[in-house]
Amino acid sequence: MNCRSEVLEVTVEARQVEEAMLALLHTILLHRSTGKFHYKKEGTYSIGTVGTMDIDCDFIDFSFVRVSSEELDRVIRRAVSEFKDALGNSGSDGMGQISLEFYQKKKSRWPFSDECIPWEVWSIKVNVVNLANEQERQICREKVGEKLGEKVINVVEVINRHEYLPKMPTQSEVDNVFDTSLKDVQPYLYKITYQITDSLGTSVSTTMRRLIKDTLAL
Amino acid sequence: MDSDLSPQDKKDLDKFIKFFALKTVQVIVQARLGEKICTRSSSSPTGSDWFNLAIKDIPEVTHEAKKALAGQLPGIGRSMCVEISLKTSEGDSMELETWCLEMNEKCDKDIKVSYTVYNRLSVLLKSLLAITRVTPAYKLSRKQGHDYVILYRIYFGEVQLNGLGEGFQTVRVGVVGTPVGTVTLSCAYRTNLAFMSNRAPDEDDGGLFAGVQDSQEVCTTSFSTSPPSQVGRTEGGVVLVPAHPHAADAHLTAEHPPNTPGSSGDDDGMSQSGEGRSVSPSDPVESLNAFTRKIGAFVNKPTTQMTAANLDLPFAAFAPRGLDSEENDPMVQPPDSPACPSPLQASLHSQGSESSGQQDDFVMVDFRPAFSKDDLLPMDLGTFYREFQNPPQLASLSLHISSQSMADDLDSLPEKLALYEKNIDEFDAFVDMLQ
Repeated sequence: MNCRSEVLEVTVEARQVEEAMLALLHTILLHRSTGKFHYKKEGTYSIGTVGTMDIDCDFIDFSFVRVSSEELDRVIRRAVSEFKDALGNSGSDGMGQISLEFYQKKKSRWPFSDECIPWEVWSIKVNVVNLANEQERQICREKVGEKLGEKVINVVEVINRHEYLPKMPTQSEVDNVFDTSLKDVQPYLYKITYQITDSLGTSVSTTMRRLIKDTLAL
Repeated sequence: MDSDLSPQDKKDLDKFIKFFALKTVQVIVQARLGEKICTRSSSSPTGSDWFNLAIKDIPEVTHEAKKALAGQLPGIGRSMCVEISLKTSEGDSMELETWCLEMNEKCDKDIKVSYTVYNRLSVLLKSLLAITRVTPAYKLSRKQGHDYVILYRIYFGEVQLNGLGEGFQTVRVGVVGTPVGTVTLSCAYRTNLAFMSNRAPDEDDGGLFAGVQDSQEVCTTSFSTSPPSQVGRTEGGVVLVPAHPHAADAHLTAEHPPNTPGSSGDDDGMSQSGEGRSVSPSDPVESLNAFTRKIGAFVNKPTTQMTAANLDLPFAAFAPRGLDSEENDPMVQPPDSPACPSPLQASLHSQGSESSGQQDDFVMVDFRPAFSKDDLLPMDLGTFYREFQNPPQLASLSLHISSQSMADDLDSLPEKLALYEKNIDEFDAFVDMLQ
């Protein structure tokens, strides 16, 4: 199957990177998470309930909705924090990209390790700017808020095309489709990676990292 | 064709659409209450959470939605609309957005009702949650309180977008195909925020819904979405936002009885006083009018420091004023009192009284309250009035520590009781003295 790829671009101030990334990643994950599955006899299952919460940004005039799961929030924050640090350490240019990839696992027989087949990739390109004075920062707060609003609308637009989604798995297959490690919600299997672009515009692949546990590499 | 759909599927589909419509209304109204919404995830399914989402059901909102639907379902040509409008304390109002749940003829015969349609409706609700925070009305609704409130209105029938002004934008939340049609959810929002006064001279709200009441298909009931404590008197000049939606529940419950169907929400629609508070419906209006009206009787020099702002909004003393000296005046020992401060003064002022009184560089303007004599006593009426006018806020009333202090209070209760029991004779003597 073809992997759907979407690119979102934002231009932010250094201190806004974290919240902007959280806003977009959480918005995507909100749509790509379900309640926990409880399999019953005869192959049927029931689905738990997903709660939501409003988050206000401190450095951006923006609020977003995320799934009520502290565990998931911690994982995403850790990833975004690493990305932010890498972006900060890269030098004054501050260009990078964080990717959220949804994939399915396909079990292979030994000695081959499991395949990860992505079915949807969201890439968020970030451009960090430095602002000279407080007035510009204030304008930036509002502008970035508006831009993020547009990005949320883009995300919703893509998701509501209702294109390919993995089939609902049987109990034995559920870990190939969903991340069942969290206690309260069940997102599709995902991984977050990032790349920092150096001043020449080429991506520095040494910074590719897997931040979330995924396949068992034998 | 409905004949392609099994009876069970048809029944399920109708139920899904009905509950989807009700949940849509809940999400939209709750997003305009002005508070942050937070619901918990639950891994064990309760069976009562539609679309596997924890969306609270505010009873009044459900009631209004059901009333608007009147047993029908959104269908082709029959849309369910939620209109969000803003109403200022002066009575001017403006439509901000209209959310439309519509159905068109495009059918998807092959789709599985109980499974795919249900899941897609769930995703659509999540999208609605996200989009309701993005339209301009969200920010306005978070700031509602003193100057304006946000109202909602549910109607069923034809979509009306005339009230949104020129150049309104539309954002599509999403679509879900079903065997009987495609469900679409969208929002049309105003971009031109220049104010249009819709106030009718006689009744406050009569003008707002005059046009709509002519239509047979629409139901005109209007309710405010802001919780009771946000409008009118506030403590410490801070808008109190209830931590959970129960206050909104209670508020909306209280409002319901005065509103009969067909009555176009009068002042009660905006009233926050349902919960037994003594704030009158027109309190926000009064407190704004009082800015210009209230000047002490027989006062020769109306001083800016003694406006209603000081009376109604305790922290108004910190608002910018023409004369710096007057602002400092209430907090500072007046110059004509003796060097030795009274114990009362010392306890009231946050600044130590020892340092006060040496403020000779300030120009003191005398405040002459009505009917007072110029006594030249240490504590003349004017001084007394100034000093006791802005008392520091009671610690127990301060919101953020009230929860802590409750726990502390409970903990210290046994010790306090023991102490009181020990001093029981003292208390008895005191009581006797009073009698």
